[in-house]
Amino acid sequence: MTSRSLLFATALLLGAAGPASAHAFLDHADPAVGSTVHGAPAEMHLWYTQDLEPAFTTVQVLDASGKQVDKGDQRVDASDKALLVISLQQLPPGVYKVIWRALSVDTHVTEGHFTFEVAP
Amino acid sequence: MLRTILASARTPRGTLLAALGAAGAITAQNAPALAHGFAGERFFPATLITDDPFVGDELATPTVQVTKNPAGANPPSREIDTTFFDFSKRVTPNFGLEFAATWKHIATKGVSTTTGLADFQTTTKYVFFRDDQHEALMAAALGWQIGGSGAPRVGADKENIYTPTLEFGKGLGDLPDSMGLLKPFAITGTLGYAVPDRGHTTHDDGSVDIHQQNIQWGFAVEYSIPYLQSFVKDIGLRAPFNRFIPVVELSLSTPTEHGNRETTGTVAPGLLWVGSYYQIGVEALVPVNTRSGHYVGAIAQFHMFLDDIFPTTIGKPLFGGSQ
Repeated sequence: MTSRSLLFATALLLGAAGPASAHAFLDHADPAVGSTVHGAPAEMHLWYTQDLEPAFTTVQVLDASGKQVDKGDQRVDASDKALLVISLQQLPPGVYKVIWRALSVDTHVTEGHFTFEVAP
Repeated sequence: MLRTILASARTPRGTLLAALGAAGAITAQNAPALAHGFAGERFFPATLITDDPFVGDELATPTVQVTKNPAGANPPSREIDTTFFDFSKRVTPNFGLEFAATWKHIATKGVSTTTGLADFQTTTKYVFFRDDQHEALMAAALGWQIGGSGAPRVGADKENIYTPTLEFGKGLGDLPDSMGLLKPFAITGTLGYAVPDRGHTTHDDGSVDIHQQNIQWGFAVEYSIPYLQSFVKDIGLRAPFNRFIPVVELSLSTPTEHGNRETTGTVAPGLLWVGSYYQIGVEALVPVNTRSGHYVGAIAQFHMFLDDIFPTTIGKPLFGGSQ
């Protein structure tokens, strides 16, 4: 195959399909992954690498005993569809676990969990 | 394979064939590898010289590999292998096919420059085990180097070579939290047995190539910065530095028949950068012993994730939906 035919084949391939999307990886969060924060955060923010499908994206925040401590009001930010937000109850000092499952707009599913600590 | 090279070296024609064959031997070990994949939270990147236990919809083009005096080739040579088409396609979510074509450019000092196609390579693979919780996978693969499909002038073999292979992948994300900084480590590995479909080839000039059966084995150890930042501890790296995956690969071949059974191969430390739609990788190619060569080479690859670029069309399995 010549380089010209290779370029043609690649162009054909790249032009053969609809709009692209990809797996939604967690880019960063606030409180940050593995961090210690002083004072109880009011919300958990999770930024992803792709826009999310709100209906099939979930996040939970649990305390050390496994009790849910978020307010169950998760939403994808209206102006940034790659940002997932959930409100938190008043968190006493301790270690908390965040469990998320994200569906990007092209139906790729990713999942993960991490912890953060609230210090006095 | 290396015994083949030595057998060929008995004649002047064999001298050139020996150089080319030596290059081919190393190249065969370092055949470009495809496929990235997930197991639970773990994203495994596509490694460059060892295969992964995944099937995927991917296109790596090009993969360029430069080596000097592979396996102590005499007369000295410099070889550039460009795999211009390395395509992987899922038939079902767990069953896939791969096809690779490589153009070889061999400059032999004081002799000539030779170019041509290497033998085409195909692989059929089935992922038969997946444990998301423990970030573990296993796959069975059958490689087929299609004898006679390449140019003999660049050392392409006339015989078919079949390589049944067992492949595995394991992430360390299930370690206890007290060992959190080790969680981003993962290992993938392969263990195969390469079987030529004929024992030897006799050339017109009387030289004889002996075709060895070989154990083909290797592994890759990787440390995922994305995994560290997303699941263990955000150390503050942002794009593009939060997408790097340092990796060390080891690709080896051990003859099981006739004469010298010394293991040959390559250790390849390098760096992968993984984006949403593509991956870039660069690795050094260091011979593991003098029989494997004397000089450090390099390999680089541009690798596209077709399942992410074209998720609803050519990037999904032909049957059985996506995963």
